[in-house]
Amino acid sequence: MTTFIWVCLILVILSIVGLLYRVYRGPSVPDRLVALDAIGVMLISAIALLSILFDTGFFMEVILLIAIMSFIGTVSFSKFIEKGEIIERDRTS
Amino acid sequence: MKTNDVILQTTTKLVFFIIFLFSIHIFFAGHYTPGGGFVGGLLTTGAIVLLLLAFDLKTVQKALPFNFTIVTGIGLLLALGTAAGSIFFNVPFFTHAFDDFTLPLFGTTSLHTAMIFDAGVYLVVVGAAVTMIQTIGGDA
Repeated sequence: MTTFIWVCLILVILSIVGLLYRVYRGPSVPDRLVALDAIGVMLISAIALLSILFDTGFFMEVILLIAIMSFIGTVSFSKFIEKGEIIERDRTS
Repeated sequence: MKTNDVILQTTTKLVFFIIFLFSIHIFFAGHYTPGGGFVGGLLTTGAIVLLLLAFDLKTVQKALPFNFTIVTGIGLLLALGTAAGSIFFNVPFFTHAFDDFTLPLFGTTSLHTAMIFDAGVYLVVVGAAVTMIQTIGGDA
């Protein structure tokens, strides 16, 4: 069982490396945005696997925190791509 | 340019309270487990940033009618007051006191004065970070 989880962890880390390559050399901005969001998901799964390996529940809050921060980052990046302005002064105009 | 933001705004109205409750949970969990005033304040700032993203500066100012520089001042006063209060009891600066109390709903809990210091840190982080973001985003 431990070997299986180590193999999964190595695969997740390899996919993070692949996604970092996509962030570095994405032809367009949406490619980089999707890659950054997927890096967040991969970090969450890596921490979940580590929490199984260490047999502790203390990492659950870290997982929720990374999920929230990744969500806010993705929303702000997509708003920047769509409107070119992240925080507006007055929306009615 | 008029865009349709119904999904983002409806999600934000729900997710804001989830993030805010989680920040309060992580603030109170900070004494024995990971967490604390700093992370809780940053999460609250994240929730307010989500509101700013989905709505605009005017609406958020109307919904949360605080001057966030004054929030920073209150937090500093709370933290420094807790730290300086130990001088009056002839103990070193920043010494904290704790005792067990029997509360009606929670049973026996140990209350620490370090929690008041942590609440000060929370208010300082919220005030400073939200002021920064409002200042950066305001000049459109």
